[in-house]
Amino acid sequence: MSVQRSTVIFAWILLLPAVLYVTVIVAYPLVDTFILSFTDASLKKTTNWVGWANYDKIFNETFAEVIFRTFIWTFFSVSIKMIIGVFGATMLNAAVPGRALFRLLTMPPWIVPMAIGIFMWGWMYNGQFGMISGVLQNWGLIDGPIAFLARGETAFWATIITDVWIGVPLVTLYMLAAMQAIPQDLYEAAWTDGAGRFYRFRRITLPLLVPSLITMSMLSLIATFNSFDIIWILTQGGPNGETTTMIIDTYRTAIGSKKYGEGAARAVLICIFLSIFCFAYFRVTSRLAAGEQK
Amino acid sequence: MINRYRWYELVAIYAGILVFLGFILAPFVEGFLVSLKPLGLLFSSPYRFWPENGSFAAYYTMWESVPGFARYIFNSFFISTIVTAIVLILVIPAAYAFARFNFRGSGALLGAFLAVNMFSGAVLLIPLFRLMRSFGVLNTYLAMIMPGVAFLIPSAIWLLRTYMMRIPRELDEAAFVDGASHFYTLRRVILPIAMPGITVVAITTFIGAYAQQFIYALTFNSKTEYMPLPVGLFAYFGRQEVIWNELMAASFVGIAPAVVVIFLLQRYLVSGLTAGAVKQ
Repeated sequence: MSVQRSTVIFAWILLLPAVLYVTVIVAYPLVDTFILSFTDASLKKTTNWVGWANYDKIFNETFAEVIFRTFIWTFFSVSIKMIIGVFGATMLNAAVPGRALFRLLTMPPWIVPMAIGIFMWGWMYNGQFGMISGVLQNWGLIDGPIAFLARGETAFWATIITDVWIGVPLVTLYMLAAMQAIPQDLYEAAWTDGAGRFYRFRRITLPLLVPSLITMSMLSLIATFNSFDIIWILTQGGPNGETTTMIIDTYRTAIGSKKYGEGAARAVLICIFLSIFCFAYFRVTSRLAAGEQK
Repeated sequence: MINRYRWYELVAIYAGILVFLGFILAPFVEGFLVSLKPLGLLFSSPYRFWPENGSFAAYYTMWESVPGFARYIFNSFFISTIVTAIVLILVIPAAYAFARFNFRGSGALLGAFLAVNMFSGAVLLIPLFRLMRSFGVLNTYLAMIMPGVAFLIPSAIWLLRTYMMRIPRELDEAAFVDGASHFYTLRRVILPIAMPGITVVAITTFIGAYAQQFIYALTFNSKTEYMPLPVGLFAYFGRQEVIWNELMAASFVGIAPAVVVIFLLQRYLVSGLTAGAVKQ
């Protein structure tokens, strides 16, 4: 059946507002970022073309370290999110009284404004009087107070844990939905054959969960790579730059120091990494979809 | 039966749930207890979990310490409402087009929309800042509304398209046979049936807008009277001497609306959140 011309026109009329909007607010800024990255744009009135100078500068500075740190930070955050998410989904999937309430109680970190959850963590990490340092001292696990956000290594992990906390509800509920989509007769058949609970989990649940696991970790990877609020509110990239990820560094350079050109070059690098992730995501999901149809 | 647990299995499951929910809820429990503690107790060692002689005093004094508080909450709601309205206006027709018409390039266009999802506003902040400046909307509500809308469009399109694809095509065709125009069909046939799906999209968009209004507000607006709650409170969070009990009290009053929404609309939320996890 050939699509009628008037139908096609109608479809485009429907799409036009959204397409125009995204072009102005996303596509144009994307192009503008690339152009800016080759200039010395700043608060000055004049802007000069500087070629690859911004990129040279990036790689001569500590940016390689920042890239490396971003990947480590993202890797741990995504992995921990997936592990806790699958654990939580498994627990919430158990047919025990109260599970509807438990599912409801997983949502708050996702649903309250991110910044407010982060304030609460800011207090928990407080060295002198915060909960974590206080409880650890009361239990005799540490001798003196630890200001988690004031020391490089602990600040690094503190920001990861807060990022995990905000991301876990989505991962959990997504994995729970995926678990509930597994046909019940598979379990019943295995049960009839005498398979135990752990065996069924390992041989039925986990293998059938793999596509959803891959999809969710890729989505989570992209979101985590973009994470800004958590680090900015807790440490602003400090102490000593130990929690400075690519996004934080870009924000500092561009908005803090008003070096738009140098900031844009950093943003371009982020875009390149994101495009690679995104490409991988589309490849993997289309392959998973094709596999399912076989 | 397969789902009957032995007692030790039940203990293990509840213990697991306790650990999991403990992690999720600890900051809220601690935050709430902090809001009840007088400052003197907060700033004393050793650490005490329970608020001895706790009171709701901070919930009264915060209105004076954070003068713009009511305004911040209003701003948060106002910005999220306008963002949601614009997203719906843009997304409903677009989702219908993607759900029904398979024209050349529609797949690629949908892919392009979804690709927007991978950028956060943070990456595009520099050109967005220049764009907002050239529109002359810096330090107005619009500077916080316009970028927010763009990044909420992709998921909204995806969700609503999935929902609309489940509406039987026969309905459209019946309307055509009766001589209805495309536009009339959309308005009178599809929209009423798609209302539950539109509700889900509206709720998830609103929550997205409410939760993520930090970075644009931080960067594109410096006027106190337009600040949404997260940025308004951030000013108090960043101080040398943070009045923690009042900050926590303010946070709890600020998230109360979101908590109410969770309880009222949880059914929609889960279906909206997990759409796509399960193949239809």
